[in-house]
Amino acid sequence: MRSLNGSARALVDAVSGEISREIYVNEDIYREEQERLFARAWLYIGHEDQVRNPGDYCLTKMGEESVILTRDRAGQVHAFLNSCRHRGMKVCRYDDGNTRAFICPYHAWTYDLDGRLIGVQDYENSYRPPFDRAKWGLVEVAQLAIFRGTIWATWDKGAPSFDDFLGEAKFALELGLCPWDGGNGATELLGSTQKWIVPCNWKFIAENFAGDALHVVSHRSVDMVGIGPTKGPGRRDDYGKPHLAAYPGGHGVNYGVTPPVKERRNYAASPATSAYFQSCWEKRLARLGDKAGIVPLIGTIFPNMSFHLQQPRTILVSHPRGPCETEMWRVYLVDKDAPDEVKSFLRSYYIRYSGPAGMTEQDDMENWSYATQASRGTIARRLTYHYKAGLGTEAGTSDLIPGGVTERNTSEQNPRALYRRWAEYMDADDWSALR
Amino acid sequence: MSGDEPSPSRLAYLSLMREVEDLYYEEADLLDERRYEAWLELFAADAIYWMPMRKNVPWEERDRDITAEDDVSWIQDDKETLEKRVRQLLTGIHWAEEPLSRVSHLVTNVRLAAPADRLDEGASMNVKTRFFVYRNRLETETDVLVGRREDVLRRVDGRLKIARRKIIIEQSVLMAKNLTVFL
Repeated sequence: MRSLNGSARALVDAVSGEISREIYVNEDIYREEQERLFARAWLYIGHEDQVRNPGDYCLTKMGEESVILTRDRAGQVHAFLNSCRHRGMKVCRYDDGNTRAFICPYHAWTYDLDGRLIGVQDYENSYRPPFDRAKWGLVEVAQLAIFRGTIWATWDKGAPSFDDFLGEAKFALELGLCPWDGGNGATELLGSTQKWIVPCNWKFIAENFAGDALHVVSHRSVDMVGIGPTKGPGRRDDYGKPHLAAYPGGHGVNYGVTPPVKERRNYAASPATSAYFQSCWEKRLARLGDKAGIVPLIGTIFPNMSFHLQQPRTILVSHPRGPCETEMWRVYLVDKDAPDEVKSFLRSYYIRYSGPAGMTEQDDMENWSYATQASRGTIARRLTYHYKAGLGTEAGTSDLIPGGVTERNTSEQNPRALYRRWAEYMDADDWSALR
Repeated sequence: MSGDEPSPSRLAYLSLMREVEDLYYEEADLLDERRYEAWLELFAADAIYWMPMRKNVPWEERDRDITAEDDVSWIQDDKETLEKRVRQLLTGIHWAEEPLSRVSHLVTNVRLAAPADRLDEGASMNVKTRFFVYRNRLETETDVLVGRREDVLRRVDGRLKIARRKIIIEQSVLMAKNLTVFL
């Protein structure tokens, strides 16, 4: 395999805003990404609602690999590589459920919920001297963290804490994952995960959500038709004045800011939902004060967890499957204490907006797919992509929002920050060079 | 009547079956000939168009391999949203279908739930079908979407209307990049 050998920075010119197309289509670079990025960074792997009770499990992914997320009898959450230590078979092939143990269908090696190898066929007679089963448990992630219900993990022992990894971008997740009243109650998953395959490089998705406010024409058709909860034209709430915030960790968020005067969510299509938001507002204002009018509209936590955290409220993970193929996993979130009628209304709005049948997201996937395809040719890949919008205006500060903030909505500062960080990962030999 | 001739109830069943098949073949033509506004007319005003997701689950839990109605699905539309989807196609700037994909709907295995020898005005009937939908777009992008449909048909002003449609696709991870084709 060709190694970039410390040359990733040469492919990513964040200063002049030009990035080589090779990083989106090149097989060798893709392989190196798996090593240097996906085996190293903190990755979103699920939500506590998927493993509420001991024995609950679900399948998730880290990079290309299948991972089991489960909760053991002591209540501890674990994430294991889904591959038997004996001969590699997937020990779990069910999307979710509850079990007492994971039994490999190939030779019946059996693992406890905490990953320990507890059953080997004919162990007493066939292995002389006996091998140490304690060394042959399921391979567990190096670190796991739970933040307001969301579960994150990394394969790298040397990675910093999840808090450090997140840095000031934590502000977006705290604001977006708390209930609408701004308190410490819970948000919950609306249900199952949408999973679908898109023939594009995963970074198109990451940068799009990190703050590409320029792709207005992508969604003009849905805006003309109008799918938002207010029944008018457009596709979502008026989010106020956009504030793009870039973070050194590669994370990017587009916050909407409105003066904290009154609750603005007034949905003609659902009086019950309007009433619910109105009922949250006084508490939100009391708790958040000046920040009550801030919403993390859209963002990406580097590398591949993206979100909308107003309405719609949803988390998307872009799992790589090759330089030109990505498996998109999307879940939807709602306040746990919201009435069922509100949850039901929001669910139908969310999937009208997002997912493969989402009237907004459909058009994104067309663009990402054919941008990837049209960058693969010999001539095409000699070129760079253009990320120059807003050069020279970035990295201001805001009293309301942490990070490098600009109110210039058309700036491409957030994708530039994402790729700057991408190059740092690709050039670094370990976390000591990344801190 | 001799024993060799079909009974009146058998003839009534065959007549109703032909009427149902005609509805589905007409529907396939309307979609594949891109007459989307006429296609909408086949749905009752209160129609539900629902496409649940599929899951890999253990044998003893196989009943939940189709996501429930209160779960996230691929599509959960009322007629108003179906109309919006059609209006989006007609804008000419809905890039996922601009230019339009080439689509053929094959609808087979039509089964009427018993009793199926009459459907009076205002009455409803359950009908199962299979679909095989071929989609090809731009140069070589191709999707094959196969599955089952469970419809509720209702007679409205003498005509059969689709009052409810449940679409059960035979994929868990959807292998198409989007679902812009009506099923």
